Amino acid sequence: MIWESWNAFLEMGGAAQFVWGSYGVTVLLIVAELVLLRSRRVHSTRRLSRLIRAGQGRKLPEVQGS
Amino acid sequence: MSTSESRFNLYHYAAPQAFYPVAGKLAPVFAVIALVLTTVGLWISFFKAPTDAVQGEVYRIIFIHVPAAWMSMFVFLVMAFWSAIGLAMNTRLSALMAQALAPTGAMFCFVALWTGALWGRPTWGAYWVWDARLTSQLLLLFLYLGYMALVAAIDDPRRRDKAGAILCLVGAVNVPIIYFSVKWWNTLHQGASVSLTKAPSMATIMLSGMLVMAFAAWAYTIAVALYRVRVLILERERHADWVRGELARLGEAN
Repeated sequence: MIWESWNAFLEMGGAAQFVWGSYGVTVLLIVAELVLLRSRRVHSTRRLSRLIRAGQGRKLPEVQGS
Repeated sequence: MSTSESRFNLYHYAAPQAFYPVAGKLAPVFAVIALVLTTVGLWISFFKAPTDAVQGEVYRIIFIHVPAAWMSMFVFLVMAFWSAIGLAMNTRLSALMAQALAPTGAMFCFVALWTGALWGRPTWGAYWVWDARLTSQLLLLFLYLGYMALVAAIDDPRRRDKAGAILCLVGAVNVPIIYFSVKWWNTLHQGASVSLTKAPSMATIMLSGMLVMAFAAWAYTIAVALYRVRVLILERERHADWVRGELARLGEAN
């Protein structure tokens, strides 16, 4: 173990805001991407199912975004 | 014999309908690999890699900064590869693969810039400088965002695929510029510590942490792109009977 205590670990030798700012934002972005991807899948499948049920499957406008 | 079989398979899986279930099987495998590698990588990064003699603890940013920067460049090259295939062979799936990769590539590109800024402040005294490496990396972010905006703005799928592919191929020129910028120009950003041509100039344990994190980023990108391309396939192929069947199946599951 290279850290003397959990506090020393959290303080990162005085560079806490830089190190945790880097790791924190990365984790946030990854979580955001996964949440957005999931919600897109749910919305997309619901919308397509609805349109197919309505019998207009061949007339629907293009789905936007990526 | 084996050549003709593998060629047959490749063409077979170039059809969205054939690739959709394959992507569904592969995605969770890569997700698990990504999770395991991230755990190991973070363990090495924070508990195995020693304090840096010069920089102290702040150097630990390297374990996400470098893999994210590599990934942001690599993903754009892969998008350009799929774009070229799509333009040459007129396969729908190639363009969908490029479109599925773009948001993840953009995310890693932003992470590289963000962590670079937070690393630059304590070591250089500035969050940002307009040197060749940083500027070309910022341009890469704009290329990603431009690609996503372009693809989202065009309604006709064929035109969308083609326009996106051309932007990708032209934009890919920027990737070698980023990579070699530290050699071609006198940059504040340091040169490569790891390259294919010479022995890495860093401690083995630090290098291994960085490589494990890089492989984790690869596995994550593959997993997310496969999940995303499945949604794109359903949207693009919605007139096909198999998609109706799949949507009915998903509807029952929900």
